[in-house]
Amino acid sequence: MADVAIGASAMPRRRVVRPRSGRDDRLMLAFVGMIGLYLIASLALPIGFMLWKSTEVRSFAFSAFEVEVDRGQGFEPLGALTVAAPRLGLADEITQARRGPSLTAAQLFPRGQFEGQPVTAARVRLTGDARGGGLEALGQPVAIGDWAEVDADNLRRLTLRAGTINSFANYAEYFSNPALSQSIVNSFAVAIITTVITVTLAFGFAYALHRTCMRGKGVFRTLATAPILAPSLLGGLSLVYLFGNQGLLRGLMFGGSIYGAPGIVLGCVFFTFPHAMLIIATALRIADARLFEAARVLRASPRQTFFTVTLPGARYGLISAAFVVFTLTITEFGVPKVVGGDFNVLALDIYKQVVGQQNFAMGAVVSVILLVPAVFAFAVDRWVTARQVALLSARAAPYEPAPDPRTDRRAFVFCAAVAGFLLLILLVSQYAALIRFWPYNHELTFRHFAFEGVDGGGWGSFWNSLRLAFYVATIGTGVVFIGGFVVEKGRSFAWARTALQFLAMMPMAIPGIVLGLAYIFFFNNPANPFYFLYGTMAILVIATITHFYTVSHLTALTALKAMDREFESVSASLKQPVTRVFAQVTTPVCSPTLIDIAAYFFVNAMTTVSAVVFLYAPHTTLAAVAALNMDDAGQIQAAAAMCMLIVYANLAARGVHALLSRLLARTQAWRTR
Amino acid sequence: MSAYLEIRSVTKRFGDFSALRDVSLDIAEGEFVCFLGPSGCGKTTLLRAIAGLDIQSEGVIRQAGRDVSALPPEERDFGIVFQSYALFPNLTVRKNIGFGLRTRGAPRGEIDRRVDELLEMIGLPDKGDSYPAQISGGQQQRVALARALAPRPGLILLDEPLSALDAKVRLHLREELKTLQRQLGVTMVMVTHDQDEALSLADRIVVMNVGVVEQVGTPFEIYDHPASRFVADFIGAMNFFPGAMTAPDAIAVRDLRLHCTPNGHAGGQPVTVAIRPEDVALAEDHESDPRNLIEVGVGGIEFLGAHARAQLVHDAFVGAPLVAQLPQAVMRRRAIARGQQIRVRLPEDRLRIFDGDARHG
Repeated sequence: MADVAIGASAMPRRRVVRPRSGRDDRLMLAFVGMIGLYLIASLALPIGFMLWKSTEVRSFAFSAFEVEVDRGQGFEPLGALTVAAPRLGLADEITQARRGPSLTAAQLFPRGQFEGQPVTAARVRLTGDARGGGLEALGQPVAIGDWAEVDADNLRRLTLRAGTINSFANYAEYFSNPALSQSIVNSFAVAIITTVITVTLAFGFAYALHRTCMRGKGVFRTLATAPILAPSLLGGLSLVYLFGNQGLLRGLMFGGSIYGAPGIVLGCVFFTFPHAMLIIATALRIADARLFEAARVLRASPRQTFFTVTLPGARYGLISAAFVVFTLTITEFGVPKVVGGDFNVLALDIYKQVVGQQNFAMGAVVSVILLVPAVFAFAVDRWVTARQVALLSARAAPYEPAPDPRTDRRAFVFCAAVAGFLLLILLVSQYAALIRFWPYNHELTFRHFAFEGVDGGGWGSFWNSLRLAFYVATIGTGVVFIGGFVVEKGRSFAWARTALQFLAMMPMAIPGIVLGLAYIFFFNNPANPFYFLYGTMAILVIATITHFYTVSHLTALTALKAMDREFESVSASLKQPVTRVFAQVTTPVCSPTLIDIAAYFFVNAMTTVSAVVFLYAPHTTLAAVAALNMDDAGQIQAAAAMCMLIVYANLAARGVHALLSRLLARTQAWRTR
Repeated sequence: MSAYLEIRSVTKRFGDFSALRDVSLDIAEGEFVCFLGPSGCGKTTLLRAIAGLDIQSEGVIRQAGRDVSALPPEERDFGIVFQSYALFPNLTVRKNIGFGLRTRGAPRGEIDRRVDELLEMIGLPDKGDSYPAQISGGQQQRVALARALAPRPGLILLDEPLSALDAKVRLHLREELKTLQRQLGVTMVMVTHDQDEALSLADRIVVMNVGVVEQVGTPFEIYDHPASRFVADFIGAMNFFPGAMTAPDAIAVRDLRLHCTPNGHAGGQPVTVAIRPEDVALAEDHESDPRNLIEVGVGGIEFLGAHARAQLVHDAFVGAPLVAQLPQAVMRRRAIARGQQIRVRLPEDRLRIFDGDARHG
């Protein structure tokens, strides 16, 4: 029966099947499209636009300006400015434009003279496109081809305007200016030193947590992650209180100054430590006990075991942690802003170029330079993460550390020292926020929490931050989860899902401050249909969701991958729309992950500075930015108070998160057997 | 009779790799068909093509006369049970079974009645309010089947539905499944790599290998008349020896001359001679017909309970000894032991002849 009837019916023997898309496929594609467009508009386009802008240089279109001069014997042609420039004493197109965006005939003929003879009249005309520049006479624009003619008294009123061209001149200028390019060396030095210190400490800490039987693991774990709750600049503030010119422990600096590289490194160690510790802890948690048994049977010394089993087992975690810390540090701008002193780093240069000098093009150039290490570190991290998956075989037996009083005691001392440092940093800011006048008057007071007469917006900023964090946590979680669902559970349109996955990974490679600058270029442009977003809370929400998209997306994917691949297939076979599985099965089952993502978004929205520092408006000031501005204005105790408000809010959010988790566990009876 | 499910020249490619190559097959209404083969043979790919979950690159699939080749799964008529069962963990057994009954315009009471009926049918009337994690693997499997059956589809697809269970439960559920299928008369297609399962359950078995159908037939046909060396090897145990036809009904295996029933192979052709271990018969002392009677040495005996497997050594069988499966009663009566010389018969109607050399076949 099997092979009969081939060709018996009129069916052609070879027929390529084009699968027809169902209702669910089209719905999923619509969501892929919407979220994809969101990421394109909120990430790809702004970054692309910024790249383009970084090459934009002001320049006179010399070849388009034709000049004639009358020295009393009628107009004599001088030709195009390309030819005439040397005779007129002009520099090249770009250098000339850098000196000033316009040129008047009075500048072409200084003191009303040309080659020593008085000029009676001059005229200029445009022979072609002026690349965005133009020609004006007596305050009126002159059309291409028309002569703009002025007499000797009105030379000042004939104006040539520079246009723009795209070239690498900005980059050339950047690298030819040691004051600027020194930042590259500085940034790398600080990032590398921070990485070495943080990863070493984090490894020791994680090792103690997972490979020893020391006491107090719960407390240590909590303290180790505490810095996540604070804005990064809090570390900088506390360092100033401790080691600054009026610091408590100034003596420990032995005459050195905390301002500069030492402060940046210490501050960055503080806020990057939890990230590194969590990554390495994950790597150490998945150890295979059989390897350690094998090492024991082979009579390997503890030292040998450490170098042949422990370290190699954690190598991907270590590499990943190193690149994460490196990226966080090199893109960090809050800490250098507070304790950097004269020590310039790339991220801070962007801020200075944009906010201080209004030189957006140079800000874009520095952004592009900062993108290079960030993208590289991102690529390495992804590569490493992809390899780590296969590490734990199904047959691995979980490792249980055996008590060893000596090791356990040493581990405890080490963890106590590290956690003590973290706690000290947090507490110093807390203390500074509560006393009347540092360092002279230690009387306790809440006056710094009133934010009277300080910059940055005070309580209004705090409420704005709460609002932002709430919107980001709710909207962001929804967008990310639906995005993860269509990427992971979609059936057809593989190309579209791959594209969305790629877009979802991009934000991780983009430093926040670069994203913020890109938004200025892209959204603060009346030609952009989304111009209306500029200066609103909405753009802050968009920037923050996009900035923290990737980690949330990966978290959602992990949860979705853990779900049976066939739920959607079963539902389709039962003729149920995919929305029903999504609402009744996927979402409830993933709800613990959803609140994790929401908490992540909330905490980061409260603490972020970099992505939003260029984007807030007077009515949308934010707490962390306010703290930065207070510090800038010297109101450093108010800044500490504001930072602590953020910490309280995040602690409260953690509490809500724990409460929700517990409630969920109670309603999810199906999880228990 | 026109087939309920017609599969015509179905090919599935993943990049350069062809998971299915020109597969054609007819399945009648009410039939229980098993796709059997080693892992990677394409059996699951074929099942998923029928379901519309991974649509074939080429070829036509018709169900009940309707061309469903390009349709997404929700527009086809089938229920499916996966190896993992894919029960919705946060929904009770009742809600799982009733999942496909909603939005069909059925009133609540009717849905409840149907769910009760199904719970009764699978013998779990009191488990309706349990969650999947609270019932055993075998019960989960039954719930998954009930969920698939609930909307009364014309076709049930089963993807290794029993392989996640332990042996005893598996045997029990195998019978239940067969009974249920007969009762309901629903067409079932099951993918399995377990030949016992296929032999005991299926009306017909489709044996597949590297993306092609090797043989389609009843369990008896597949076992007794394997169409290819692969099928003979894959189903049950089989001895293979290289030989050559000396006449249409005679074979030479080295110096050994054997008779066989004519099978279409001409004289002089190299062939592979095959015989199942249980077909190797111990000759009685008084037997004198010398045809296919050979004297062998007993190399080793493996005790298997009701049977014993004896390794028989003979100069003709180089490489591997001849394996015979003999009832333990016979072994005992004849007091067969290692090192003995015995006579066995290779019945000529039990010899299977395949093309080519055993080592290359």
